[in-house]
Amino acid sequence: MLPITPYHYLVLSAALFMIGVMGVMVRRNIIIIFMSIELMLNAVNINLAVFSQQLQNAAGQVFAIFVIAVAAAEAAVGLGIILAFYRNKETLNIDEINILKW
Amino acid sequence: MLEAVVFYTLAAFILGFGVLVVTARNTVHSVLFLVANFLCVAVVFVMLAAEFLAIIQVLVYAGGIVVLYLFVVMLVNLKRPPEAPLDTRRQSRAGFVLAAVLLAELSAILVYTAGRPAPAPVPGPAVAAGTGNTEAVGMLLYTDYLVPFEVASMLLLVAMVGAIILARKDV
Repeated sequence: MLPITPYHYLVLSAALFMIGVMGVMVRRNIIIIFMSIELMLNAVNINLAVFSQQLQNAAGQVFAIFVIAVAAAEAAVGLGIILAFYRNKETLNIDEINILKW
Repeated sequence: MLEAVVFYTLAAFILGFGVLVVTARNTVHSVLFLVANFLCVAVVFVMLAAEFLAIIQVLVYAGGIVVLYLFVVMLVNLKRPPEAPLDTRRQSRAGFVLAAVLLAELSAILVYTAGRPAPAPVPGPAVAAGTGNTEAVGMLLYTDYLVPFEVASMLLLVAMVGAIILARKDV
């Protein structure tokens, strides 16, 4: 078997990112869409860790920690919005969440 | 050899759980698959010699964020299925096509750059001998990246206040 190079990790990360993109585009349940966004952020974190190892520089891991912090903030606010919206409209389908559309 | 076996097994698990997260009918199952996915990604971080990141991944993602998701899934008990199909056929097809185009683009970039020699290491600030990954990350976090670190803490505070206000009863 070939040795594992950074390209292997990059392909894994790209595939995981694509699964996230697919989830955002295909699913209609807003909670699943949020989880797909988390998948994409994870793929980005794998990328940062790979390059951090490849370049022998820990700055990539520092940025991955910032990504995790922002993901936590995003999840908290997004889920708060989902709860508030659900109380008003009783739906989670993004096709019906269109009151801000012109 | 061992590394290859571990990597391919982990990659299969990560991608499999990712697909299950996206395709699961039941949202609770989806959240549980997300936990498994995050744990596998944490093992990948260990393979990449980023132990501190792996611990953060398990504590913050698998421990904190996913519990938040589970709470919301449990709080919004749907009386009707959330995805009553309107005209999802066309939308799904467009989503598949767009995602395939993006994957082709990323693969093209990878193939294009694969032949080049690996870039030379860009060593960070010198770390004292005998210290590990956590010391290196902590050193960077509290010296070079102190201002972004404080901004991130501010962001988390604002997000906390915003989430509490949004989730209040009388919004």
